[in-house]
Amino acid sequence: MSSEVRFTDFKSDKQPTWCPGCGDFGTMNGMMKALANTGNDPDNTFVVAGIGCSGKIGTYMHSYALHGVHGRALPVGQGVKMARPDIEVMVAGGDGDGYSIGAGHFVHAVRRNVDMSYVVMDNRIYGLTKGQASPTSRSDFETSTTPEGPKQPPVNPLALALASGATFIAQSFASDAMRHAEIVQEAIEHDGFGFVNVFSPCVTFNDVDTYDYFRDTLVDLEEEGHDRHDYEAAKEVILDAGKEYQGVMYQNENSVPYHEQHGVTEDMSEIPDGAPEDAMDLVREFY
Amino acid sequence: MTEDLNWAIGGEAGDGIDSTGKIFAQALSRAGRHVFTSKDFASRIRGGYTAYKIRTSVDQVQSVVDRLDILVALTQRTIDENLDELHDGSAIIYDGERSWEANIPEEATAVDVPLKSLAEEAGGAIMRNTVALGAACEITGFDVEYLDESLEKRFGGKGSKIVENNREAARLGQEYVQENYDVDLGYDLETTDNDYVLLNGDEAIGMGALAAGCRFYAGYPITPATNVMEYLTGRIERYGGHVVQAEDELSAINMALGAARAGARSMTATSGPGIDLMAETFGLIATSETPLVICDVMRSGPSTGMPTKQEQGDLNMTLYGGHGEVPRFVITPTTISECFWKTVEAFNYAEKYQTPVYLVADLALAVTEQTFPPEAFDMDAVEIDRGKLVDDDTVDEWLDEQGRFRAHANTDDGISPRAIPGTIDGAHMSTGLEHDELGRRTEETDVRVEQVDKRNRKVETAQAEEDWDYREFGSPDAENLVISWGSNEGALVEALDYLEEEGVDVRVVSVPYIFPRPDLTDDVEAAEDVIVVECNATGQFADVLERDTLTRLKRINKYTGVRFKADELAEAIQTKLTEEVPAQ
Ligand SMILES: Cc1ncc(C[n+]2csc(CCOP(=O)(O)OP(=O)(O)O)c2C)c(N)n1
Ligand code: SF4
Repeated sequence: MSSEVRFTDFKSDKQPTWCPGCGDFGTMNGMMKALANTGNDPDNTFVVAGIGCSGKIGTYMHSYALHGVHGRALPVGQGVKMARPDIEVMVAGGDGDGYSIGAGHFVHAVRRNVDMSYVVMDNRIYGLTKGQASPTSRSDFETSTTPEGPKQPPVNPLALALASGATFIAQSFASDAMRHAEIVQEAIEHDGFGFVNVFSPCVTFNDVDTYDYFRDTLVDLEEEGHDRHDYEAAKEVILDAGKEYQGVMYQNENSVPYHEQHGVTEDMSEIPDGAPEDAMDLVREFY
Repeated sequence: MTEDLNWAIGGEAGDGIDSTGKIFAQALSRAGRHVFTSKDFASRIRGGYTAYKIRTSVDQVQSVVDRLDILVALTQRTIDENLDELHDGSAIIYDGERSWEANIPEEATAVDVPLKSLAEEAGGAIMRNTVALGAACEITGFDVEYLDESLEKRFGGKGSKIVENNREAARLGQEYVQENYDVDLGYDLETTDNDYVLLNGDEAIGMGALAAGCRFYAGYPITPATNVMEYLTGRIERYGGHVVQAEDELSAINMALGAARAGARSMTATSGPGIDLMAETFGLIATSETPLVICDVMRSGPSTGMPTKQEQGDLNMTLYGGHGEVPRFVITPTTISECFWKTVEAFNYAEKYQTPVYLVADLALAVTEQTFPPEAFDMDAVEIDRGKLVDDDTVDEWLDEQGRFRAHANTDDGISPRAIPGTIDGAHMSTGLEHDELGRRTEETDVRVEQVDKRNRKVETAQAEEDWDYREFGSPDAENLVISWGSNEGALVEALDYLEEEGVDVRVVSVPYIFPRPDLTDDVEAAEDVIVVECNATGQFADVLERDTLTRLKRINKYTGVRFKADELAEAIQTKLTEEVPAQ
């Protein structure tokens, strides 16, 4: 790769098959910009994606990448980063992928605070399986499998993250290109697990959480003078069910990432040609 | 009297049964004697019956037998559980001062030792097991000094005072028996200058992984695989590696997959229920052509089954599990030292063929300890083969006209080049979706067929290139052929002695590779009688062999949860030989 990395270097030659107007286009562009802006190039970047329309994102980007199984992208990303602290790792997926089938992994990935970023394209619906309720769907949102709405409150992923000990929690809107790229960039630069929930409208199956809806309601925390280092203030905006926010809700200044906690700093891809020199000591332990 | 001694200590879980047994086993091993241990344990931590059994001899021992010579009984249940194995030369060491009224069977010699009082005299009641060890030394004519080193090993970390007290406790036990009893069971345990190490299968797998350059391990605790994780924890770091306790098996295998794609040799180990959970990702590993070692230490299933009991019931799952059709290797070590060597091989095959490798062990191998000369684990013989790993200089030959890396290049041998992150110009996408040479999703029929064939061709290549041999025992020309896999080998080899005494000639073939596997057709055809021995109810390996050889085979199946014993196997083989072959 040339030393001058442009964001288009992260673009693959594969044309996305997303519906025209899908929020995932904007989400992806912002991710690529943020990666380029932080000085990464495709040869030292690893993107892991889940399953869903959103999960296809890795196939449309150019870098080392894995498109895994439904809900398991976070463990893969953590494995990559633990083995290779020198590599930039970004995980991406949908709200179904991350907060339903993968919810358990989400909580634990947050707790581990591995130094990587996690971008969730939250369209409040299952897109790829054609419009069923997702964990972030409104309780009265009618779908093919919930004709009268799920009748359950939606998951609040930001609150889930906060309760799990997150060190960086943010939310962005795919269509506010500049702000979205900025916020993802901050997540990458954060020393620890940088979590961004992105409003990424599904133009085909969700006629409630639309571009217009977000444009009309979105409140930018930066403009509100929100102090991201203030845990109580973060709690307040995160638990405020009446508003949709964008910006960084919370950032822990004392974040100690996983590799520092555990002393995992070596490039694990390098091993000797045969058994290590002192290997007979391993046997002698069994005397 | 024979110098083959069978000793056991039993009590409630939490009574320190395991560590006491281990101290004695290590002492015997340091005295140059062969040791083979087995454990009875229940699936609870306190209150369940547990026992640690040791068979020791100057000759090699590799199986359990139905005989108990010395029993240290901390509870009546210990005696009751072992009634069948006691004989008129047995001695039972117990503490008559304790509240239980020991009901000692007539044929055994009762050796009542005030374990608790003597332990208190030495510094604390907690050392009563050590007193019992001293008593056992006296009865067997085994020098109590041999215990010193293992007591140091066990208690050294707690300070020299504790070690000293334990040594004293052992001596008090030894002297008490010397002064108060005149038990002569005829033992005078011979010692030798032989140098042995004592370890179990899980430890051998962990050690093999370190020797093979494993740097990343992710797992979720499950009996009987957890010891692999516990062994690696605290050791893998010496080599710059890391162990993660994941939130579940789904996470564990996906983390290991991530690390493997990042270029690290990585592994996960689990048991039946965990293998089920990993099945989906197993398919992803195979289609994304990621090198990964997945170790299944089998226990009794199905479902939660009997978690602390022996079984070889997961073979079908490892051979056929997962949706769709994916190439895989299934390697089944047959002894504890093989657990080491097959683990090393598993890592090499995983990288060489870029495919998941199942390393299938069973509970009996995993928790049993056995003595080996250290050379059995000769590290100089460890070879590393990283396969077609490309670097900045060699990546070019695998780029297409547009400079894109052909990560799934359709090669003659089915094996593509592999670039790990950081390799310049090697960046590529991998996916569980069907893909073309570049890793891009496709549903084009010819590309689909090409990629499926390419992946399956790896197995053909491996089948032709590698040595998928088997181990052989008994008389090479015998008309009776016994085939087995996994931990049954030890008992079968010892059964040969019994069979020889009965004038029954048998050839034993023990198979460490199930897929790819050695071709046994000629062996089966040449034999008069063929019996397949396995610890499961349906004969999963026998099914495989019947399909290979188009021959009906006799089967010996045990699924009680207890491993085969040598004498029991000899008898079963004799009975089977007289039976008709089942109809086609
Ligand atoms: C184990 C498993 N269960 C179900 C599916 C089917 N499936 C594919 S995508 C999806 C939901 C995706 O929803 P979301 O994560 O919100 O992504 P979106 O398509 O909306 O971007 C489901 C259930 C699957 N691929 N694997
Ligand atoms: S279905 Fe919805 S989420 Fe999927 S591509 Fe179309 S607009 Fe995007």
